[in-house]
Amino acid sequence: MAAQEVDKKKMVVVEGSYAVAHSVKVCKPNVISAYPITPQTHIVENLSQFMADGEMPDCEYINVESEFSALSALVGSSAVGARTYSATTSQGLELMHEVLFNVSGMRLPVVMTIANRAVSAPINIWNDHQDSISQRDTGWIQLYAEDTQEAADMTAQAYKIAEDKDVLLPVMVCMDGYILSHVYEPVVLLEQDLVDEYLPRFAPEFILDPKNPMTFGAFAAPSTYTEFRYLQERAMGVALKKIEDAANKFNEIFGRYHGGLIDEYETEDAEIIIMAIGSLIGTIKDVIDARRSKGEKIGLLKIRSFRPFPVEAIRKALKNAKVIVTLDKNISIGLNEGALCTETKACLHNTNIDVPVIGYTVGLGGRDIPIRTIENIIDQAKEVMSSGITVESQFTDLREDLI
Amino acid sequence: MKEIRIHGRGGQGSVTAAELLAVAAFEDGKYSQAFPAFGVERRGAPVQAFTRISDSPIRLRSQIYEPDYVIVLDPTLLEVVEVASGAKDDGTILINSEFPPDKFKLDTKANIMTVDATKIALDVIGRPIVNTVLLGAFAGATGEINPESIKDAVKERFPGKVGENNAMAIQKAYGIITGANV
Repeated sequence: MAAQEVDKKKMVVVEGSYAVAHSVKVCKPNVISAYPITPQTHIVENLSQFMADGEMPDCEYINVESEFSALSALVGSSAVGARTYSATTSQGLELMHEVLFNVSGMRLPVVMTIANRAVSAPINIWNDHQDSISQRDTGWIQLYAEDTQEAADMTAQAYKIAEDKDVLLPVMVCMDGYILSHVYEPVVLLEQDLVDEYLPRFAPEFILDPKNPMTFGAFAAPSTYTEFRYLQERAMGVALKKIEDAANKFNEIFGRYHGGLIDEYETEDAEIIIMAIGSLIGTIKDVIDARRSKGEKIGLLKIRSFRPFPVEAIRKALKNAKVIVTLDKNISIGLNEGALCTETKACLHNTNIDVPVIGYTVGLGGRDIPIRTIENIIDQAKEVMSSGITVESQFTDLREDLI
Repeated sequence: MKEIRIHGRGGQGSVTAAELLAVAAFEDGKYSQAFPAFGVERRGAPVQAFTRISDSPIRLRSQIYEPDYVIVLDPTLLEVVEVASGAKDDGTILINSEFPPDKFKLDTKANIMTVDATKIALDVIGRPIVNTVLLGAFAGATGEINPESIKDAVKERFPGKVGENNAMAIQKAYGIITGANV
């Protein structure tokens, strides 16, 4: 509480997009590429304003003609040693798909904010996680923020993780579109001097330089390609520790901690553990407090890092639960499960943790998730605890009148 | 925690009003949160915006279904939107209207209040922009917020003459609804 009061004195009420743009500014990127798409646009608009006001003297701001170009521009910039940034969402991120693999394969520590939004068709501008979850295998680290403060703080953490010489992987900082990108709430804007202390200058060992010619991302025959992929995987393994380190170091300097790979809330003695990602976390915490006051042992496991997937941390957090609930704002059509459900089950297999996992697809295309929805899910989990699992994974709050 | 729902039409400043309310509440020492329920934004379409005000940090992210307070920027919305939906029995619904509250037959036990914000805006600002005016009336009607904090938030957002005029309109609405001399 004491830290909270200290923070309150430093807080200002601003839009989530502004808080993130401010974080980007104080991380001092050298190149920003921008292509507007709702609900990400306010972030790059704010950055454009900072540029126009002369607040980012060492930065080049490139307006490009598509998201494919936005990320391609950063491939070249990052390869010559520039700290780089872009932001996108939904169809924009999907259009980047091919380039995402290039960035990761070339081991370029690009940082990009994703203001998570549903994908077409039908066209929908509101929040879910289908856009970034669909990019899960592109070799990017994916971190998800719970509130705007975390999105702002995570931006600085992302550069620290990405640029670590033992990692060198790009990072997506994912924040829920509208719910976080457009919310006004109190936030501490990152202080320049503290960021300078936290984040060293980007000084990569290998860069494109005419004086010392080198090739990036060139041809790899069957005799070497596998090892490139293996080294990416190994870097993700290293990132598991670096994500924790970056969060701890941030706490040391800024006095704020939002979790490392995961964060636990009331899980200690919990019989039912709800797993979730992103802005839904806050609503669940409120429901858990209410249920706890009635003596119900319910806890929350927040997944901050979806890639790398924190298998060991999750196993440890879940080992004493009686029922596990996964909430997914995405769906793998044809499996009827969201990614968190599938991967949680997979990481418990081949262990001695034998506990039912039930999955719910929630909040697609911006469908609001009221307290009632979480209450219903908890009630169903209690039934599973007493009488066993009947449905492994299902859609939530379906409107039967439309089907 | 107090929950406020603002109804307006695209272009009337509902979202701005919700944001200014959040800024002012924080200025008063509270925690606050403001967010829009965007449709695909277009001028004239019904829009909603929400503000939460609380003594402790706000974690809840759902929309507001049982508001303590409802603010209606445009009375023509009453024909197309159920503005009283879910309003708490001891809550207040504040409508921009030249007519007295008993003219509005809403399905609610909440207290209905009216203020002729359009007239105040035209008199003081010279344009029928009512969002800030209604915030002044809200401060007077509910006591949830210090009118000075609202004026500060407005002047910071709209520096210069625009902010000054809005602050005067806020004070006038506050005075009318509290019955103070203005």
